[in-house]
Amino acid sequence: MLSRGFPLLSGVDLEVQRATLTVVTGPNGAGKTSLLRLLGGLDPLHSGDGVVAGVDLRDGDRRLLRRRVGWLGHEGSFYADLSVRENLVFAARALERPVGEVDGALSRVGLEHRSHTTTKQLSAGQRRRLGLAWLLVRRPELWLLDEPYASLDDAGREFFDGLLGEVLAGGATVVVSAHDPLRAANLVARTVRMVGGRVSA
Amino acid sequence: MIRVAWLVAVKDLRIEARSRVLLWQVLPFGVIALLLAGLALGPAQAGTSSAGPGLFYLVTLFVTLLMINRSQSLENAPGTRASVATLGLDPAGVFLGKALALTVELWVSGLVLLGGSVLLLHTALTGTLEALPSILVTLATLASAGTLYGALTQGGDGPATLLPVLTLPAFAPLLIAGERSFSAALHGGALWEWWVVVVVALVAYCAVGILLYGVLEES
Repeated sequence: MLSRGFPLLSGVDLEVQRATLTVVTGPNGAGKTSLLRLLGGLDPLHSGDGVVAGVDLRDGDRRLLRRRVGWLGHEGSFYADLSVRENLVFAARALERPVGEVDGALSRVGLEHRSHTTTKQLSAGQRRRLGLAWLLVRRPELWLLDEPYASLDDAGREFFDGLLGEVLAGGATVVVSAHDPLRAANLVARTVRMVGGRVSA
Repeated sequence: MIRVAWLVAVKDLRIEARSRVLLWQVLPFGVIALLLAGLALGPAQAGTSSAGPGLFYLVTLFVTLLMINRSQSLENAPGTRASVATLGLDPAGVFLGKALALTVELWVSGLVLLGGSVLLLHTALTGTLEALPSILVTLATLASAGTLYGALTQGGDGPATLLPVLTLPAFAPLLIAGERSFSAALHGGALWEWWVVVVVALVAYCAVGILLYGVLEES
């Protein structure tokens, strides 16, 4: 994987089992986000081999892979001038899911009272919750969560840990990037440490 | 493809209606540019000059470039690109939807600027109305070409400032054809041959966009 000709990831050897939680840790610039983007088919694989959900990352149709992946980035992931509900309705219609699922997802993440608020008016933590609602509407096979605890308060973290447990019990695979190992007691996670674009442990 | 196109077009137009960038930022700029053009021509020249259609299309070019940048920036907000990519939308539908929304926005701009050219450049009202269909088709063609070039300059790491340089060779024949048909409607002359140029370009840009938009997105 290259950025302006410079390899972002190098010598990464990683196998993730279905319906498990993997936490990728490491300092800033270690390549955590790049690895997650690669796994989601968001960026191309320039050398080496990789298969995610049966799709070859080099020669396969990354668009097919992306439809099976849920991405929660740390920047916020939505159309800022649409309301919370409009963003989710857009996702539901794009995926041909019943629009009725939107209200359930909003109440699940505790944003039902902000459903008509423009997304740019939400706090960072509320945008995180909206990101989770987006994933609940999508119900992907593979959840890729880039520093999901950022901007969440204690209640938000607790809610998020509970949600992760449900997702894993439902058979989805979750890969999380974080600066530190997961602290949640209810989750069994494999931790992978990255440094300088390589898996170190 | 049509379902995705409609979904994307409605989304873009809803964002425009909410943000009012066209209404409060782009259109005032266009009207002021027309006013300056009218002042440059002077009151004696404005009604009789043959420069009216050319000035209209010059201002339309500025407005179009601004609106193309706006249309593409909606998709390039931090994080939005990755999240929307995971929806797996048909790229041909995305192209058609964005081109459709941009067409509607340019039609609104075009109608306001035409009113401005009647008032400020004193172009004849009947000739302007006669030119309206050709202007609407030209604007739709500019929207299709602009959506394609907008994805080219903003889809990857290319700077948005490349847009005017890249689009000008593509836009020039359309602007000339539009100006010629507008002039023909105002002052008399062959109108249909310029129509053909614009309609063929519209079909060509739509076909290329449907085929290549996905490649541009991936790049």
